[in-house]
Amino acid sequence: ITIMAAAARFFVRGAHPKLSFSGVCASAQRSLGAGLLKLSPSCASRTKTHKRHAAHFTFQPDPVPTQYGPTQKMNLFQSVTSALDNTLASDPTAVIFGEDVAFGGVFRCTVGLRDKYGKDRVFNTPLCEQGIVGFGIGVAVAGATAIAEIQFADYIYPAFDQIVNEAAKYRYRSGNMFDCGNLTIRAPWGCVGHGSLYHSQSPEAFFAHCPGLKIVIPRGPVQAKGLLLSCISDKNPCIFFEPKILYRAAVEQVPVDAYTIPLSQAEVLQEGSDVTLVAWGTQIHVMKEVANMAQEKLGVSCEVIDLQTILPWDIDTVCKSVAKTGRLLISHEAPVTGGFAAEISSTVQEECFLNLEAPISRVCGYDTPFPHIFEPFYIPDKWKCLEAIKKMINY
Amino acid sequence: KLKMLTNISNVLRACAQRHKCDTFKLDEAPATQVVMTRDEGLQYYRIMQTMRRMELKADQLYKQKIIRGFCHLYDGQEACAVGIEAAINLSDHLITAYRAHGYTYTRGGTVKEIMAELTGRRGGIAKGKGGSMHMYTKHFYGGNGIVGAQVPLGAGVALACKYQGKNELCVCLYGDGAANQGQIFETYNMAALWKLPVIFICENNRYGMGTSVERAAASTDYYKRGEFIPGLRIDGMDVLCVREATRFAADHCRSGKGPILMELQTYRYHGHSMSDPGVSYRTREEIQEVRSKSDPISLLKDRMLSNNMASVEELKEIDIEVRKEIEDASQFATTDPEPPLEELCNHIYSNNPAIEVRGTNPWSKLKSVS
Repeated sequence: ITIMAAAARFFVRGAHPKLSFSGVCASAQRSLGAGLLKLSPSCASRTKTHKRHAAHFTFQPDPVPTQYGPTQKMNLFQSVTSALDNTLASDPTAVIFGEDVAFGGVFRCTVGLRDKYGKDRVFNTPLCEQGIVGFGIGVAVAGATAIAEIQFADYIYPAFDQIVNEAAKYRYRSGNMFDCGNLTIRAPWGCVGHGSLYHSQSPEAFFAHCPGLKIVIPRGPVQAKGLLLSCISDKNPCIFFEPKILYRAAVEQVPVDAYTIPLSQAEVLQEGSDVTLVAWGTQIHVMKEVANMAQEKLGVSCEVIDLQTILPWDIDTVCKSVAKTGRLLISHEAPVTGGFAAEISSTVQEECFLNLEAPISRVCGYDTPFPHIFEPFYIPDKWKCLEAIKKMINY
Repeated sequence: KLKMLTNISNVLRACAQRHKCDTFKLDEAPATQVVMTRDEGLQYYRIMQTMRRMELKADQLYKQKIIRGFCHLYDGQEACAVGIEAAINLSDHLITAYRAHGYTYTRGGTVKEIMAELTGRRGGIAKGKGGSMHMYTKHFYGGNGIVGAQVPLGAGVALACKYQGKNELCVCLYGDGAANQGQIFETYNMAALWKLPVIFICENNRYGMGTSVERAAASTDYYKRGEFIPGLRIDGMDVLCVREATRFAADHCRSGKGPILMELQTYRYHGHSMSDPGVSYRTREEIQEVRSKSDPISLLKDRMLSNNMASVEELKEIDIEVRKEIEDASQFATTDPEPPLEELCNHIYSNNPAIEVRGTNPWSKLKSVS
């Protein structure tokens, strides 16, 4: 049934000839970012005339935070810029480097920082991810605050060795004499509606298998700034994945001054009594909608938890919630097999076995490479999640 | 007699004729006439001899199964480490791969700490948690297990040197095997682009594991492979050649001209690691020939003796002292207790208070502190 529904929706959208290619059509990896930049004005104008096909989620902004001082309207990339700006201003050892970051980066996250802080602090690297991360580890171990950008999370794999073998183990293998805790790696992450195989991936689970790293993914601008500043000041190497579909789509009132949001703490966004929904990044907004649908259509009360830090993750908050609701649904865009949902599921069944009313459910991406035209089928959308809730309730 | 010799040689000093050194994209070359004082000579001799004896002891302990795991020995290459260190300062920075025992010693580690690290004991230089490949001291960044992965790190460290304006530099070592890794070229590019004070040193010991350089590299002129980075090729078995070339390279870096590349032609007597007997891809005669004709310790010894800079007895005395130090260290390394079980989980993260680490089942929880 689910697939039929998705197919029907696909055909409806397919009636518009341009839709599946809207936005960016570049296939070469390096031209995508440039394409985004150049095309964005026309994209915007097209949005006004043609209704771009509906995203699989609706961004739901956080309430305006009051505890961190004056706020300003920012989208997600601007809130990242603001965090980096605060860091460069307060920490004279902080340097930012990556492909095209001096020009503002393909997603505009570092706009204006080179001009403000100098080209010796915000500089471009060649296209060499492994080199960038290794270099970053060196900069960090020498005592500076190193903020490296990998242009897309999909390009992080050449640096996998440096991250997993060098960065993550430096402290352990040197008996605490050396570490690269000053290193933060930022990378745009997740689906974007048209990214296809190499601009859409969610590789958090690969790194979650590696003690020594921290992995953080925000759901919106306010969280992005607070969590990024936490990553930068944290004394461990952190990977900060930024949901790229939210860069422009997510707008909130974000505090102008620096503030931190603690790592390894999940946030309960909505309390409920029947089913616990756990997700992170973009998927949170899907989950919030699912929670509303479940309430309206099924009369089911859902508790929504944003995990925020994937490693080390907040077992307590999740297990406490499941102990209360007895049901757990975990959803992420990455393929289901070996995804981080598997780890959560395994831990929860160990801790909450007698509380469970139904098998833990995972609604994730399919075990395929991230598809191009089939993205709408692949995405764990609200309908698939709602279906899973129905099954759990009727179990 | 001994006293006289001291007096004479302090005044005399020795002039050593250096081998010719190949250069690449350089207008000048290192000096060919160098001066070595008696004190320097004795010091180099003692350090090299200590490194040699330490490795031979490690070989023995390994064969007794007291040292386990991966263990890569440095004997044969001693002149590289000693020559390099003689030309830079301890405040300069150094990073190498997994053949790290020698550099750990020249960078300030003690034989005791190194041997205890090899046997995985509490008194080891990395608390017994690193083992053969992972040893560290101040300004010595290890001790890195992945072939070539330390090279970009070295460039990062060099950036810090430049940024802080302390006129320090980073010596970044790798082998002829690692020279073919992609990240080496990424690093050449970054280092040259940003004029980083880094000396790339390829210790060419002729074999990347079991593959000879000719079979692994399209060009075995490793000193030319930086393309836009000037290079030097020198005899890595002669401590004075290495010292003079490193001095030249360090001056180059400190004057702000950016990176420079050195290829040290050297040889390892042991196999790649302890699990490689080292005779299936080269002949015993080849090893024997290097030992008899260009052993770094014999070269220095002969040079000192023929120039009347030291007597046979006095060098023998050093040998005896060294042997004793190694024996004491070995004794320590085999009797020092192993690190306590609590250490298993420590230093995973920087954390305060301690975090819990899950064991093999949800009930066995361990604490991790840093």
